[in-house]
Amino acid sequence: MSSLSLNQTTASPGKRRSQLKKYAIAYSFILPNLIGFAIFTLIPMGFSLVLAFMNWDGANQISWAGFDNFSRLLRDETFRISLTNTLIFVAGNVPLTMVAALGLAMLLNQPLRGRNFFRTTFFFPYVASLVAVAVVWNMLFFPSAGPVNSLLSALGVQNPPRWSASVDWAMITVILASVWKGVGYYMIIYLAALQSIPTILYEAAAVDGANAWQKFRYVTLPMLTPATFFISVMLTIASFKVFDLIMVMTGGGPGRATNVLVVHIYNTAFKEFRFGYSSSIAMVLLFMVLAITVVQFYMEKRWVNYQ
Amino acid sequence: MMTYAVLIILAVFMLLPFLWMVSASLKLDQDVFRVPIQWIPSKPVWSNFATIWTRIPFLTFFGNSLKLTVIITLLQLFTSSFAAYAFAKLKFPGRDWLFLAYIGSIAIPWQVYMVPQFIMMRRLDLVDTHLSLILLQAFSAFGVFLLRQFFISIPDEILDAARIDGMSEYGIFFRIMLPLSKPALATLTIFTAVAVWNDFMGPLIYLNSQSLKTIQLGLRMFIQQYGADYALIMAAALVSLIPVVILFVALQRFFVEGIASTGVKG
Repeated sequence: MSSLSLNQTTASPGKRRSQLKKYAIAYSFILPNLIGFAIFTLIPMGFSLVLAFMNWDGANQISWAGFDNFSRLLRDETFRISLTNTLIFVAGNVPLTMVAALGLAMLLNQPLRGRNFFRTTFFFPYVASLVAVAVVWNMLFFPSAGPVNSLLSALGVQNPPRWSASVDWAMITVILASVWKGVGYYMIIYLAALQSIPTILYEAAAVDGANAWQKFRYVTLPMLTPATFFISVMLTIASFKVFDLIMVMTGGGPGRATNVLVVHIYNTAFKEFRFGYSSSIAMVLLFMVLAITVVQFYMEKRWVNYQ
Repeated sequence: MMTYAVLIILAVFMLLPFLWMVSASLKLDQDVFRVPIQWIPSKPVWSNFATIWTRIPFLTFFGNSLKLTVIITLLQLFTSSFAAYAFAKLKFPGRDWLFLAYIGSIAIPWQVYMVPQFIMMRRLDLVDTHLSLILLQAFSAFGVFLLRQFFISIPDEILDAARIDGMSEYGIFFRIMLPLSKPALATLTIFTAVAVWNDFMGPLIYLNSQSLKTIQLGLRMFIQQYGADYALIMAAALVSLIPVVILFVALQRFFVEGIASTGVKG
């Protein structure tokens, strides 16, 4: 941007006209996207902020609520439970997915036959429809006669868990399904990062007498920090937004055992038609995601190692 | 050898739900949960795949999903690549600020502004139309970001040489940039097509009429209506996966490269 202003001050009228023409051409490239993006994304984003301070059922008069919606949140038990559930989901899903993705990537980073086959296999759940996948999971983990519990019974487990039908196990079931579904995507990012580590670093470590664990600890892990950082940011944001999987697997239940924030936002808006209130919950979600992302970027300097 | 054993076990574990889905879709309902599991049914019930189309308007849903997927993917490819070219290779006032707004909108959960979007669409009288979903998904910030990252890696010298030869920016875009960007365009194609085909919440919020609903809604409807007929549900779920499998297998090489390049460069 600074180079542009320099050009403008010294330009002759003719040059300036060609400069303007250049800008017009540039804008003509952006405009088809920008118009739609501004109308259907940016404006609603701004409106959402305003709506959080309003009372509105979508039909009657809209009225100013001030901070009422937010103070109501403090007394809303479902909100408190949803918030806790969301944090539990994030705390389970993020580390499990990252460790599994790194493990798979390490396995596939060796010279192997059929590497593409395995890569595709691990990746496929990521593109499969969540509705279809959630149904299969629910059936595999069917409490009474599902294959998983049949197997557990055959192995001598007396009372196998009731999985998604149980208050205690529903969240664990949902997290397992989520890790299974997402791991392939992050695996590929790790795989690409692993392949970009110069082999000379390992050769140097070998000369210094490093064993396999030391190579992993002192070469691989530090070299992977940019990918780890990218994945942790993306995965955390995605985990806070979890919705489809839960909606189809458990609908937020049993009881409120898997009722996460987005499910609460959805119910408040589209079942109870409390648009203002649901926007205020959305704002809480937004600020939590923002705060965590900012902390992640702040911490980045301490542990991420760019060459 | 150890590695192969571990990988094969993991691969089986990853594929097991799909294998079970295929197997269950070919059974009689009462055999779905029979123990021990019969992985290859002795008498495959192929008629399950005929029945699903008659129980609910599955064909209509299939067609609707196909229509939305094709239109939205084409629009996204067009508007995103156009904008990405400007962000990557042209200079204009406000470029950096605009780009920041695009990035910011990717980070903000869609759920934060889905309610205002819905209210806006209702004002425009577009609720319960396909146009609403098309308008919401055709202008993707993610698509712009993905393609910009790729376009940046194409050397400026090639473009400058074309400019000296008198080629217009549009000519450069269509005749140089796009042909060089096939992996990135393929990546965006899969990402978008898969996302639209699998989209559940958008149709759930916007579509009420039976004749407009998409395959994911149909699938859930099926589960709710025929909650006990597991073989049929599995057959329907399997059918809903077929287009994604075809697309994925056809373009997966590009896809993997595309993800790898966005991920590592950040």
